[in-house]
Order: sequence, then structure tokens, then C-alpha cells
Amino acid sequence: MSTIATLDLTPRPGAAPLHRMVLAQAGAEIRATLRNGEQLLLTMIIPILLLVGFSAAPLVDVGGGPRVDFIAPGVLALAVMSTAFTGQAIATGFERRYGVLKRLGATPLSRAGLLLAKTVAVVAVEALQVAVIVAVALALGWSPHGGPLWAVPLLLLGTAAFSGLGLLMAGTLRAEATLAGANLVYLVLLGLGGVLFPLDKFPAGVQHVLGLLPISALTSGLRSVLSDGGGFPGGALLVLLCWTAAALALAARTFRWE
Amino acid sequence: MPGVDSTFESASGGAGDGVAAVEIDGLVKRYGSTTAVDGLTLTCARGAVTAILGPNGAGKTSTIEICEGFRRPDGGTVRVLGLDPADPALRPRLGIMPQTGGVPPAARAGEWLRVVSRFYAHPLDPDALLTLLGLADHKRTPYRRLSGGQQQRLSLAAAVIGRPELVFLDEPTAGLDPQARHACWELIAALRAAGVAVVLTTHQMDEAEKLSDHVVVIDHGRVVAEGTPESLTGAERQLRFRARPGLNLEELLAALPPGSAAKESPAGHYIIEGQVGPQLLATVTAWCAGEGVTTEDLRIERRTLEDVFLELTGRELR
Repeated sequence: MSTIATLDLTPRPGAAPLHRMVLAQAGAEIRATLRNGEQLLLTMIIPILLLVGFSAAPLVDVGGGPRVDFIAPGVLALAVMSTAFTGQAIATGFERRYGVLKRLGATPLSRAGLLLAKTVAVVAVEALQVAVIVAVALALGWSPHGGPLWAVPLLLLGTAAFSGLGLLMAGTLRAEATLAGANLVYLVLLGLGGVLFPLDKFPAGVQHVLGLLPISALTSGLRSVLSDGGGFPGGALLVLLCWTAAALALAARTFRWE
Repeated sequence: MPGVDSTFESASGGAGDGVAAVEIDGLVKRYGSTTAVDGLTLTCARGAVTAILGPNGAGKTSTIEICEGFRRPDGGTVRVLGLDPADPALRPRLGIMPQTGGVPPAARAGEWLRVVSRFYAHPLDPDALLTLLGLADHKRTPYRRLSGGQQQRLSLAAAVIGRPELVFLDEPTAGLDPQARHACWELIAALRAAGVAVVLTTHQMDEAEKLSDHVVVIDHGRVVAEGTPESLTGAERQLRFRARPGLNLEELLAALPPGSAAKESPAGHYIIEGQVGPQLLATVTAWCAGEGVTTEDLRIERRTLEDVFLELTGRELR
């Protein structure tokens, strides 16, 4: 039983080193994501169900080749969007609402440190998603050909673009509006971004516009380097870079911490 | 417990010593057309407990949140430990306890406090602090499943875990049961003894009277009175009793020594001020006997801080 006398309350202030603060906060965010049922549904269960379902059954015409070769890169892009955009937007929106961001602002963890921690957490959850999705896809007979290393910059830049969009939403809308909006955007982009339904099924004029969506750029880029044997995905990276720059700049200007 | 000054000196190593914990001069804060803080001036000493009292909407939380760096003032100057409240160098040196919230609802109490402790270079042991505050059995309980009082205590724990020089506690004991309130009082007293400056807001007069070295009463965004609890309540004694409402106080006053005062507030509660002694007591009881009035709860006591507070800020509800 501890009593007040056993605690040394004498002032001894000091901030921990940045890496320790960031890892502590990132760990808390990872635990929160993995323990949250709805988040797991969004980040793990739905992508895996779509991967298995659309690979096994001829639900859409994906052109020639095994269906899993088309579906797997799309589901990887979806996983990035679900964590970096939808999950992060909803979680951050509610953190703002519950005063968590404000409270953290009173600790030595700086705002830059907090954003770094969120990024570490998102990338860690994505690594888990990618591992599970790739394992399932390989089990379904996926044989990647191309330059898998090019997938890394695509995934990272996709993460940055979707994080920017997620924080833009979380920092400006009410938490409930973010919850509804982030799910709606997820569904719309799932339908229109070439994740499961090839973009060439849309009318030609629409195709070009849809091709500029961040999800389409990520999907087509991943498909090119993972399934179609493509090289440097310059076009996709450029589109994602534009979205990243625009979303982060706008989020930085508009984000309200409380 | 070592002496206040020596522990503080050894802890902070000189720089910035000699400055007050909080120095507010002519602070103004407006929200739209409402002026929440209207030229407020006050100083909070190092190593002392300062209680800020005031009715709802008096400007307490606005003032505290400006000191914490959450809001910017519209006028006046605020220095916290000699620095601008927005200075990031202050963050490790301050501990704050907001009035509500600030914790993710799904976070488990023990894990969350441990994460907060990792932001500081020399934190207290989270488990020892939880035990002290009666939360040892709730380490794995998500924040939203804690009772209101348990949430308050977890928030208090987070405010002190980084071994700060100055803590701001916004209504630290609101909604606590008597045991929990005493545990908090004990912690606040220990902080003071260790040389930590404490600034708290409260509605509870007994809390302010018991804990604080300095009491500041604010209303309509200004300081209306300040001093030690003793200097505010004064040495003057009062005679109080209850009886049927509507006694003729003018008649009673005529029987009392000159300079006495009598009032009925609220109905049926009487307060007599003046040279309160055996003579006055005998006169009042004799007068009541003559009127056929039975007195109840007849007692002589000092004014309480609550009396002072109600006199200064009025009785109407806000």
C-alpha cells in the first residue's frame, strides 16, 4: 500500500527524449486501433473478405489473367485508404471532440511529435495489413510480377495523401460529420477508384477524371508494378504527390485542435 | 518532508527563481460580445496553494486556460513561471487537470497514465500514484467505464505525474465522494509541502478554507477580494439562530448595544453582528423569550468563507 510519503513530489520537471514520447504515443494509437472492433472491420475484415470473395467468384469482369492478380493490388490500396484516411479521420475527429488533442497539447509532446506518432501508428498498422493481405493473396494463387520495390514509395505516398485528407476532414468537421463523411468517401472511392471494378468499364470521359483520384492512382500504380510487370510508376506517384501537397497544406491551415 | 525553499532551489537550479508562479496583470478575454475576463490582476506565489473562487461564469476557467496556454488573451499580460504561457519550454514544468475529459474513452486507466508518464524525463511511478488515489483496482478499466470521481482522480494523477513545478487544477474535487475528496486534499497538501505551486478553482468553500494559502474571489471577470482565508473571513464573530420568519428586527436592534446589526437571510435564519459576547447573547435570548419566540440552532461563530463569498457575489443564481 503506497502512502503519500513514498512519493517524491519534489519538482523535477523535464521532457523525455522525442523518440520516447513518439513511441509511447504511437503505441497507444496502435493499441487503440487494434482493440477497436469497427476499426478492425474496416482495416482488416472488409479488405480480406473482398479479396477472397472477388478472387474466388467471377463477380466482375477484370479482363484476362487470374482474378487475384487484379484484385490483390486493389485491396492493398483499399487497406491504405481504410487506415490512413477513414480510420485516422474518425479517430482524430473524436480525439478532438473529447479534448484529447487539447490535453496532449499541455504535455511535452509537441504537435509535430503527435503527428509523427500518428504516422508511425498508421504505417505500423498498414504493415500488418499488407502482411496479412499478401499472405492471403499468395494463398489464393497470386503470382506478383513486376517491381515490388516500387510498391513501397506508392504505399508511402498514398499513406501521406490519405492522411492529409483524413486530417483535413477531422480538423474541420464535427466528429459525427467526420464519422459519416469518412465512411461515405470510403464507399464512393471503393466503387469509383478501380479497386474492384476496372476503370475502363466507365465511359471514356469519366475515366480520365476518375483516374486522377488518389485511390485510382494508388490502385493503378500498385497494379502496374505488382501484377503487370511495370517499372517506375511516375504518373501515379505524381498524382499522389499533388494530393499529398494539397491536402497537407490545407489541413495545416485549417486544423482546429479543439 | 524537506523545507519548501531548499527543495525548490535544488530542483530548479536557479534559472527563473524569484519569479512568481503566475503573474496576471489587467487580463482581458472576450468571446464575441461577452467579456469573460475584464481587467483581472492577480499573483500566485511559488510553493503555495492559491484557490480561485467565483460563481459559474465568473471567468475562472478562462483565466486558468489562458495560463495553461490553451487560449490567448485579448488584453493584459500573463507570465507563468516568468514565461509567456505559449512558450513550449513551459510544458514539462506545468501539470494541468482540465475540468472534464482529455482522455480517450476507450483507453485503459493504467495504460493511459503510463503513456503520459513516458512524456516526462523523471516521472512518478504510475502504479504508486494510482494506488494512492484509490485506482489500483481499475488499471485495466476503460476511461468511459470509470465513475465520474474516478475519472477526476485519473486526471489529477496525470497532472502531477511529470513532477511539475506548478499545477493548475480546474475544480479538482467536483463530484468526488468524501473519501476521494480527502485523498485529493492530502495529495494537494503534499504537493505544497514538496514546494509545488498549486492553482485551483473550486466552488467548495471548505476546500478553499482548508487547503489554500491565498484565496482570490473573482466575479464578472474581476478580482473582488483576495487574501488568506483568515483575513477574508475576519476575526469578527456572529450570533446565528433560527426562529419563525418575520421577527421585528428593528425592535430587537433597539434592545442591543449601538453598532450591532441584525438581518434575516434567508427567511427564518437570523444573523446578529456586533460586540458578540455574553451580554449580547443574554439580550437576544431575553428579547426572544419576551416575544414568545423559541430559538433553534443558536450559535456563535466566525463568518465562513461562504458568507464572504455570498456577500461579495450576491445570492442570485447564475
